[in-house]
Amino acid sequence: MANLTKTNRRDFLKIAAMAGGGLFIGFNLSSCESPKMKVLSTEEILSKALGFNSYLSISPEGHIVIYSPNPELGQNIKTSFPMIVAEELDADWKDVRVVQAFLDTENYERQVTGGSGAMPHSWERLRKAGATARHMLVAAAAARLEVPANSLTTANGVIFHKDSGKKLTYGEVATEASLLTAPEEVPLKDIKDFKIIGTPIKNVDNQSMFTGKPLFGLDFYREGMLHAMIQRPPFGMKLKSVNDVAAKGVKGIVDVVTFKNNVAVVGNSTWPLIQARKLLKIEYEPEGGVESSSDHDRIFKELLDGKEAQVMRNDGDVALAFKNAAQVIKSEYQCPFLSHSPMEPMNFFADVRADKVELVGPTQTPDRARNETAELLGIPPENITVELTRLGGGFGRRLRADFVVEAVELSKMMNAPVKVTWSREDDMTGGAYRPAVRYRFEAALDEQGNMIGYKLRGAGINAGNSTRQDNFPSGSVDNLLIESVEHKSTITTNPWRAPITNFLAYAEQAFLDEVAFAAKKDPVKFRLELLERAKKSPVGEIKYDVDRMIGVIQLAAEKSNWGKNGNLHQGFSVYYSHRSYVAQVADVEMNQGNPVLKKIYAVTDCGIVVNPTGADQQVRGGIVDGMGHAMFSNLTFENGVPKQKNFDSYRLIRMKEVPEIEVHFVQNEIDPTGLGEPALPPTGGAIANAIFKATGKRLRSQPFVEQQEFSEINLELRMT
Amino acid sequence: MANFNLQINGKAHEVDVEGDTPLLWVLRDHLGLVGTKYSCGISQCGACTVHLNGEAVTSCMLPVSSIGSDKITTIEGLSEEGNHPVQEAWNEVDVAQCGYCQAGQIMVAASLLKKNPSPSTEEIENAMNRNICRCGTYHRIREAVALASSKLK
Repeated sequence: MANLTKTNRRDFLKIAAMAGGGLFIGFNLSSCESPKMKVLSTEEILSKALGFNSYLSISPEGHIVIYSPNPELGQNIKTSFPMIVAEELDADWKDVRVVQAFLDTENYERQVTGGSGAMPHSWERLRKAGATARHMLVAAAAARLEVPANSLTTANGVIFHKDSGKKLTYGEVATEASLLTAPEEVPLKDIKDFKIIGTPIKNVDNQSMFTGKPLFGLDFYREGMLHAMIQRPPFGMKLKSVNDVAAKGVKGIVDVVTFKNNVAVVGNSTWPLIQARKLLKIEYEPEGGVESSSDHDRIFKELLDGKEAQVMRNDGDVALAFKNAAQVIKSEYQCPFLSHSPMEPMNFFADVRADKVELVGPTQTPDRARNETAELLGIPPENITVELTRLGGGFGRRLRADFVVEAVELSKMMNAPVKVTWSREDDMTGGAYRPAVRYRFEAALDEQGNMIGYKLRGAGINAGNSTRQDNFPSGSVDNLLIESVEHKSTITTNPWRAPITNFLAYAEQAFLDEVAFAAKKDPVKFRLELLERAKKSPVGEIKYDVDRMIGVIQLAAEKSNWGKNGNLHQGFSVYYSHRSYVAQVADVEMNQGNPVLKKIYAVTDCGIVVNPTGADQQVRGGIVDGMGHAMFSNLTFENGVPKQKNFDSYRLIRMKEVPEIEVHFVQNEIDPTGLGEPALPPTGGAIANAIFKATGKRLRSQPFVEQQEFSEINLELRMT
Repeated sequence: MANFNLQINGKAHEVDVEGDTPLLWVLRDHLGLVGTKYSCGISQCGACTVHLNGEAVTSCMLPVSSIGSDKITTIEGLSEEGNHPVQEAWNEVDVAQCGYCQAGQIMVAASLLKKNPSPSTEEIENAMNRNICRCGTYHRIREAVALASSKLK
């Protein structure tokens, strides 16, 4: 923590200067509404503001500027991070302005959006950033008033001396306070005293988003910049020949250039690029395996039946357990490739000069963007600046830097600033998908319906380890074997919101429902029995907190009136991922013989909820995301080319297909754990299990709408 | 290339572009009105929705040559101070996650309420179903449209 608590004026001023030149500032709406305070631009405030640490500066007028270092893609970090600093500072939220920081590895750690990890990583750092500044302000006020610091209290940006009735605002002592040395250690607030954390704070970018201000990467324009679009090769192919004569003839096209099997059209605006691309005549030739979806079906079968697989976990004697079983249940579950499809397609701006590079755009990993650029150009990373725009979604796709490096390549080739824009078709066909996986599950039950054996083999295409071998039900079964096997493909894959668990959870929770049914046990009781076992005498190592998992299961059963509403067909699912626990119940009601998905309940244990409005969004959004992709989306291939290229053939969920969602959080005082992803994994299983309860049909493959069973049940989806 | 005189947000703008250029790219690349978003380019997602004579239309496939003297309103021109009842409702309900689709959503909602100030829930859903929100803010969108409707009363 020492590096955090030291004030570093030089670094602060550097950040401030950079931020002042940027566009991407979050305004707290209420500050604009206050009639008493003159509304200053954030640039004006920053010109006078005094730095306390890399997260915080305060102007003599009392404006609080809080820097948010992590990329904001809809997970609410740009609002919830500053809330934590403001809380420990005892600031008045209406005085707060939020500024998106540039990449700055000297002053920030883990400037990444991924793995639902930002909040757990930064929770204490942010609290200390606020608390040390508060300590310095109080010390300055004590000196000014010539009273002991411990006789002063703070609230809403004001320091009070109770005995004399005197008070000073943070702005009034900011200058002196900022010159003090930050304490190495500082007490943090008692959680019970939180005033900002735990209250719903509106998104700091609302006003900009809702009035059309430039915020996103695609909104970035620089005088004199060129625009570029790129035709990338099919998977497993390389460039053979290019005829660009007609494309070059399109008005507004500056040049057509090739690099690394890519053909780029470069011009003065976007529309001519779209037109010119249609006129390119490109031949490709195979370079590696050129795959179609029909190949994957065969590959899955080979992988699941093959002798070779990596043993991820092996408890007890699985062969013996299955030999002694009274009943064996065996099922396969499959999930397709998915595109991430954020609403803002990939894009980036690069300006490569002789000795320095300016990068601007939407990335989940600014450090990776810089490092890959440095490597490509052979220059030191410190010669590269990365300005973070807001991200129009990411879902894991923007963890890569491929779209950044393209802009760098082209800026260097064209000797000009270049913005690369991916069309929707580029975004969907350009690779880095959620990997396709097929799972084979087997369970052995004894005479009493106890699960005495459990086997899982995951077969993935570029999925790495497609299992989570130390998750539930591991630890609760005496004899358990988990294996993973992978096919290396030319089709590129990447983490996709809740990597692996986004389909493993569905498959596992649907399979456990099959096992509970075969054991003639209530699905909730079945899971609780297993967890009690894991609690009393865990088998091998487990990496989840049994009590927290039991907690969300019990609360979800209570909130959903599990098993107490005879007219409803309910499906249960629970999953642990990204350090958090989410249980979900789906309600299906029969309407004139047809099942209707009416409602999904979610109970989440993510520790302390920082911003309830943002947290509700993450859970709701995760469920809608999990449901939409389980129901509708499918990316298939023909000779290395995705067949679905846009939203007319690649179906995303729409408003009328979403059921009611009821969101609950477990109230506790555990430091915040992840929330951007954990609500997604359980959803597919809850829905599939409810549909089974209602219809007797098991949905074992996604997307559900493309299954034969689905066409037989006439599931109705509706919001109202 | 040809000159087009466009009426946008109550002001006249002259642009020199090919006649087949969609309004979306004229707004974004030539006039700096970047609030109107590009997402699918084939009128499937609604992110590029603007008003043409008050009617919500997608701008990504609308050739500039077809517009003539029709009045265009973009998100930047929906209100002077960002205080259209729909914009206020969007803030009060705190609708956005990533926010990229929201300008298009707001334009559809504003057009709906102009024609039908008191839509039923079903009418809201019918109107808003044309727009995709990848973050899944649909519940709040519906709530915000209903709130904006109540503000108009």
